[in-house]
Amino acid sequence: MFDVIFLQFLNGLDKGAAYALIALGLTLVFGTLGVVNFAHGALFMLGAFCAVLFRQLLTMETITIDPTQLSPWGAPLEVRAPLVQAWFGDFGAVLVNYSVPASIIITIPIMLLVGIGLERGIIKHFYKRPHAEQILVTFGLAIVAQELIKSFFGPNPIPQPMPSDLRGAADIGAFLGMQANVITYPIWRLVYFLFSFIIIGGVFAFLQFTTFGMVVRAGMADRETVGLLGINIDKRFTIMFGLAAVVAGLAGVMYTPLLPPNYHIGMDFLVLSFVVVVVGGMGSLPGAVAAGFLLGILQSFASMTQVKALIPGIDQVIIYLVAVVILLVLPRGLFGRRGVMEA
Amino acid sequence: MTLLKRGLSRRRVLQTGMAGIIGTGVMPAIFTKGAWAQEFCNNPTGDTVTFGLNLPLTGAYAEEGADEQKAYELAVQHLNGEGDGGLINVLTPTALKGNGILGKKVAFVTSDSQTKSDVARAGATRMIERDGAIMVTGGSSSGEAVAVQSLCQELGVIFMAGLTHSNDTTGKDKRRYGFRHFFNAYQSGIGLGPVLGQEYGTDRRAYHLTADYTWGWTQEESMKAATEALGWETVEAVRTPLGAGDFSQFLTPVLNSGADVLILNHYGNDMVNSLTQAVQFGMRDRQTNGKNFEIVVPLFSELMAKGAGANIKGIFGTSNWHWNLQDPGTVAFTKSFGAAYGAPPSQAAHTAYVQALLYADACERAGTFYPPEVIKALEGHEFDGMGNGPTLYRAEDHQCMKNILVVQGNDNPTSEYDVLNIVQEVDREVVTYDSAIFGGDLGPAEPAPLC
Repeated sequence: MFDVIFLQFLNGLDKGAAYALIALGLTLVFGTLGVVNFAHGALFMLGAFCAVLFRQLLTMETITIDPTQLSPWGAPLEVRAPLVQAWFGDFGAVLVNYSVPASIIITIPIMLLVGIGLERGIIKHFYKRPHAEQILVTFGLAIVAQELIKSFFGPNPIPQPMPSDLRGAADIGAFLGMQANVITYPIWRLVYFLFSFIIIGGVFAFLQFTTFGMVVRAGMADRETVGLLGINIDKRFTIMFGLAAVVAGLAGVMYTPLLPPNYHIGMDFLVLSFVVVVVGGMGSLPGAVAAGFLLGILQSFASMTQVKALIPGIDQVIIYLVAVVILLVLPRGLFGRRGVMEA
Repeated sequence: MTLLKRGLSRRRVLQTGMAGIIGTGVMPAIFTKGAWAQEFCNNPTGDTVTFGLNLPLTGAYAEEGADEQKAYELAVQHLNGEGDGGLINVLTPTALKGNGILGKKVAFVTSDSQTKSDVARAGATRMIERDGAIMVTGGSSSGEAVAVQSLCQELGVIFMAGLTHSNDTTGKDKRRYGFRHFFNAYQSGIGLGPVLGQEYGTDRRAYHLTADYTWGWTQEESMKAATEALGWETVEAVRTPLGAGDFSQFLTPVLNSGADVLILNHYGNDMVNSLTQAVQFGMRDRQTNGKNFEIVVPLFSELMAKGAGANIKGIFGTSNWHWNLQDPGTVAFTKSFGAAYGAPPSQAAHTAYVQALLYADACERAGTFYPPEVIKALEGHEFDGMGNGPTLYRAEDHQCMKNILVVQGNDNPTSEYDVLNIVQEVDREVVTYDSAIFGGDLGPAEPAPLC
C-alpha cells in the first residue's frame, strides 16, 4: 500500500508543480499591478506554442518529387529530407531531439515582449477601473490570442516529443533502496517538477535578494510611498508583468511533452489556477505555491480507486470542494492579507 | 318536364353517381400515388438538395471530424458527377447516375459539433430548420450520434451516422430515422478476443480505463465479456472524463494493481494522450506476474496512431476499415481521396463517404426524398464494393453487417501513414449477432413528422 500512496503523492507533487507555476505568475500580476488577469492562461498557451514553432522551424524539410516511385493513390512520391540535419549534421539532430527544452531560448524574449507589450498597450489603461472591467478586457485578450493561434496552427493538438534520453520511467524505488520496479515514475514528469522548483525558487530569490525585487516588494506593500521616494514603480511593475508572462510561458513550454498543446490548453488551466490563487490568498506568492501543491496532491489522492469507492466522483470535485471549505474557514485564503480585494 | 324526366332516369342517376364517386374519391388517390409534395420535412423544391454535415472540428475527436469533412466534400463532388466518380463506379447494385440525386445537385452546410452532444444537437437543429437539410450526417462520438439521431426522429429527417462505435447507437437508443455503417463495440470484442487469447494467453489480469460516456461504457462491457470469456480476470474498471488531457492520476494506480494488461477504452485525442502517458510511465517495459505488461486499444484509428507515434507499435486493436486493403472499393477510394488531399483516408473518412453515397443511392432507388420510402430502401439493403465486402443494412436495428479488421501498430512503418498492420479480416458471419440482445425500439417511420 505504501508504494501506491507514494506514487499518488509523487503524482500530486507533479500536478501541483504545474498549478503552482501558473498560479505564481497570476499572483505576481495581481500582487504588483492589482489586475485580475484572465489572459494568464493564454500566456501559458503562447509559451507552449513557442515550443511548437521552434520545433516546426527545426524540422523543416526539403521536398523532392521522385517520379519513379508512386504513392498508394498513384501520385509521384514526395521524398522529404530534414533541413537542419543537412546543415548542422549531428548537432542538428541533437537540437531536434532536445527541441522542447531548447525552445526556452526563444520563449524567454518572446514572452517578455508579449508581456510588456500587453501591459503597456492595453492593461495599463485599466489599472484604476473596476475588477469586472479588467476581467472582461483580459478575457477578451485571451480569446483573441486563442483565435490567432487557431488560425496559424489549426485546432488540433500538436504532439511535442520529449528528448529520447528522458523518455520512459525512472525506478525511484530502487534509487531509494527499495525493491526494483515497484515505484517507477516518468522521467519527464520528474524533470517538470524539478524545473518548477527552480523557477519558483528563482522568482522568490529574485524578489528577496535583489534591489529590484526589494523595490517591487515595497511597491506591492505601498505603491504611493515608493512613488513619492522618486522611484519609477510603474516601470518596475511593467517588467514584473513581463516576468509573469515568461513564467507562464516557460510552464507551457515544458508541459508540451505531457499534453500536446492546442489553442485551448490555456483555458483548461485558467479556472484551476484561479482556484489555486483564491485558496492560497489573493496576492500572496507563498500562498499560490502552497495551494498549488496542496490541491495537486489532493486531486491525485482523490483519484485513487479506494477513495472513489467511498465517495463516487470525488476526483472531479475535490478541488472545488476544498476551495469552498477553505474559503468558509479562512475567507482570505491560506495566506491572504487583510485589505486585498476587500474594498 | 321532358328534360326532367329524361335527366332523372334510374340508369342516368346510377351512371352519374358512379362517375362522381370515382371522380372525387378514387382518382385523386391514383394520381397522387408516389407524390408527397410538402408532406415531409425540407422537401427539396429547387434545383439542389442539401446535406447537413455535423462535424466535430474542435474537441477531443477533431482530427476525425476534419477527415470526415474532406470525405463528405469528395462524396458530394462524385454524386454531382465531378472528379473520378470514386466508389460510385464500384458500388453494386447502384442506382446512382452521377447527376446529383433524383436530378438535383447536392449541396451541403456544416456545423462544428465541438465533440459535444448538446452542441451537435443544436447544430443539427439549425441545419434542419434554418438551412433546410434533407439529411443530417457526421459525428465522431456516440454521444453526439445518439443525441442527433433522437432529434432527427422527432423532426422526420434521416440521420446517417458518422463515426460512432457504441452498442447503444443501434441498440437501446436505435431510431427508425438513424442508420449506422460503422461497426460497434460488441463486434470489436468478438473480433479482438480470440487474437488476444492467442497472443497473450488465457491467464491475464486486465485493468480498464474507460471514457465516461455511452461509447466507453459499452466498449468496456464488450471487452470485459470478450476477455473474461478467455479466462482473464478484470482487476478494475475506472471511468475517466472525456477530454481529461492529463491521465497521470488514473495511470499511477495501474502500476501496482496487479494487472498485467491495460485496456484503454479511449478514442481520439484521449487515446493519444492516455497511451502516450502510459508509455511514459514505463508500462510497456514492465514485467508483472512474470509476464510482459501489455496495452490494448480496442478501437484504433490511423489518425490516432499517427498522433501517438512510436507508442502505438505492436499494440492490438480493431478497425472498421483500412486504406491498405486491396479490394477494388478500397483501392478506388484511397486513390480518389489521396489524389484530392495528398494523404490516405482514415476509417472516419471512409464511413462518412460511404454513408453519403448510400443515402443518395437509397433516394434514387426509392424515387423520392420522402423519408419513410428512403428508410424502406435502406432497410435490408444488400450491397458490395464499398471496401468491407458484401454488406447488409440490417432492417431490425439499422446496423451494417460486414467484415471488420483486427489491426496492430506497425513495428516498421515505411511512411507516416503506414502505422497499422492488418492482422485479420474478421468475417461478417462471425461478427453478426442477434439484434435483440441490446433491446431498443426503432419507432415508427410514418406518419413522417413535419419539422
